[in-house]
Amino acid sequence: MSGVAGDQDVVLSVRDLRTHFLTRDGAVRAVDGVSFDVKRGETLCIVGESGCGKSVSALSIMRLIPENVGRSMAGSVRLEGTELTTLSERQMRAIRGNRISMIFQEPMTSLNPVLTVGAQIAESLRIHQRLHQRAAWERAVEMLAMVRIADPARRAADYPHQLSGGMRQRVMIAIALACNPQVLIADEPTTALDVTIQAQILNLMLELKQRLGTAIVLITHDLGVVAETAQRAIVMYAGRKVEEAPVAELFRNPLHPYTRGLIDSIPRRTAAGRRTNIRGRLQEISGIVPSLREEIVGCAFAPRCSYAVERCSLERPGLDSHGPAHIAACWEAARVAGEAARAAPQ
Amino acid sequence: MNAAPLLRVTDLKKHFPVHRGLLSRVVGQVYAVDGVSFDIARGETLCLVGESGCGKSTVAKTVMRLLAPTAGTVSLDGVDISRMGETELRAHRRQMQIVFQDPYSSLNPHLSAGAIVAEPLTNFELASGEELEQRVTSLFERVGLRIDAVKKYPHEFSGGQRQRLGIARALAVKPSLIVADEPVSALDVSVQAQVLNLLIDLQEEFGLAYLFVSHDLAVVEHIGHRVAVMYLGRIVELAANADLFGNPLHPYSEALLAAAPVPDPELRRERLVLQGDVPSPMTPPPGCHFHTRCPYVRERCRTETPQLREVKPAHWVACHLRPVGGPFGQLTQ
Repeated sequence: MSGVAGDQDVVLSVRDLRTHFLTRDGAVRAVDGVSFDVKRGETLCIVGESGCGKSVSALSIMRLIPENVGRSMAGSVRLEGTELTTLSERQMRAIRGNRISMIFQEPMTSLNPVLTVGAQIAESLRIHQRLHQRAAWERAVEMLAMVRIADPARRAADYPHQLSGGMRQRVMIAIALACNPQVLIADEPTTALDVTIQAQILNLMLELKQRLGTAIVLITHDLGVVAETAQRAIVMYAGRKVEEAPVAELFRNPLHPYTRGLIDSIPRRTAAGRRTNIRGRLQEISGIVPSLREEIVGCAFAPRCSYAVERCSLERPGLDSHGPAHIAACWEAARVAGEAARAAPQ
Repeated sequence: MNAAPLLRVTDLKKHFPVHRGLLSRVVGQVYAVDGVSFDIARGETLCLVGESGCGKSTVAKTVMRLLAPTAGTVSLDGVDISRMGETELRAHRRQMQIVFQDPYSSLNPHLSAGAIVAEPLTNFELASGEELEQRVTSLFERVGLRIDAVKKYPHEFSGGQRQRLGIARALAVKPSLIVADEPVSALDVSVQAQVLNLLIDLQEEFGLAYLFVSHDLAVVEHIGHRVAVMYLGRIVELAANADLFGNPLHPYSEALLAAAPVPDPELRRERLVLQGDVPSPMTPPPGCHFHTRCPYVRERCRTETPQLREVKPAHWVACHLRPVGGPFGQLTQ
């Protein structure tokens, strides 16, 4: 529809998304004006700490936040040109799980305990692709084989409680990908899993992405996962996007002090693969995240920021471009970049 | 080793019976901890690392005598506390304190923060009246909580502050050992860094020893002096931090290190991804527990249990493929 060049590469386009929850003590600004694009076949990570609005953004895109919780939403979400925010619930149901789907952190609670896993995969195929019972079941078994579940024909007849955590997440992936969606939103898909199982699941997701061309929006708090899976990343803080960049660039040249703080606060293995037994102090970010109940004037990170100047608490910084595909919302970004360059070992 | 270590755990076992049916007959055992031995010296941090169900938390709770061991001994300062009665045990409890993972459920919601920290002091009759108040205030200061927070209740604190409160409570009776069971796992990274720094500072100041249980290798590498890797109820490798992270000798340790995502996009690594799931601790595989997932498995591993042996100085490994004295190169499939 739109004529801007390069637009056909964008499958999901989110503009100025706002989700506020109305409570007795006032509105909680869970997501407060977030915009981003997802390109065909890429992995985009949304990273941030608890309460930064990353999960609420995902649920808002999927229109999975019930209306009766007293929420107000605004903004635009376009999936390959289709505006999702104005669709009727019935139209949305035809798209959800079909052209855009989502997997969650806790695979036990998001699977139906009284249906076999085969039936749950087949359900979405019957609804969206109008396959008959038999054909849907056969396709469900194929999907289980695709997500590498051993003995898929027998496992299809199992109930969720008979599977391990890693296998349940494989089943969730099979359900989500059954209709070959353009976009898969994965909300902390490996957080509840052990590291060896996490490695299996991440490998599987990336491999299927290559094979099916699905774009993945991966929501995580783990910068290690970001570094190993994504092409681009968005950093969120207090309901807003504070930085966006290609992953290598983000780690090499973080421009927002919050991003820098996050990267510096993870205990990490040194590049040489080992550290001495002298334990250095970790970089901390002092203080805690602000309450989202109060209107934040200026930069939300200012009270915790070591770079903050007077302007930061008075005026909200816009997202400015700092080089190719790198944007950051910080008045002092140039100073942050300069100091980082000086602190670098070389 | 000189004299008795602060904590010595010898061949510790903890099995949980599984009951089933109308008469709750015992139909099996969960071999949660199945023969674990280690020492902790004064002022030292020993980390227990492993995946869920490996028994690391059960070890922590059994050491604390929150669970009674099925077999084996736990000696604190040379005194075996594993079979002691509750009254006798009380005197020794003061020496070891625990910090839990979940700062939400491990603090009494009906007590004010000040009362929570004062409780162990009154319990052991260590302070009262004005002195008690002073001790509580200085503990609050020490862990980085504001003094006016003594009147607040647990729900008024953030996760990181609650964990500080839990640490203050543990610190109150001046223990020599703190057992920390995943103390930073529920926290965000920026707050996690605050708590880890605090734990390191306290160790230096008070000469505390830590038994630090965690699944997070980066945290373990940062805070530990020595590390024990557990798999299905047993220690498979025990070594100084630099040795374990620099040159893991057990195939499971190697896989665990390879699986942990590294926050550096420019570091492209050859990844050893383990296949399959951890077997049930109710029916652990015979021989080496890890043989079902081990890429280097040999015939002998399926039948014969490897013992934890000191293959090079202070580096212990339970693997048939790692003979005492080496070689310590890359294993082949």
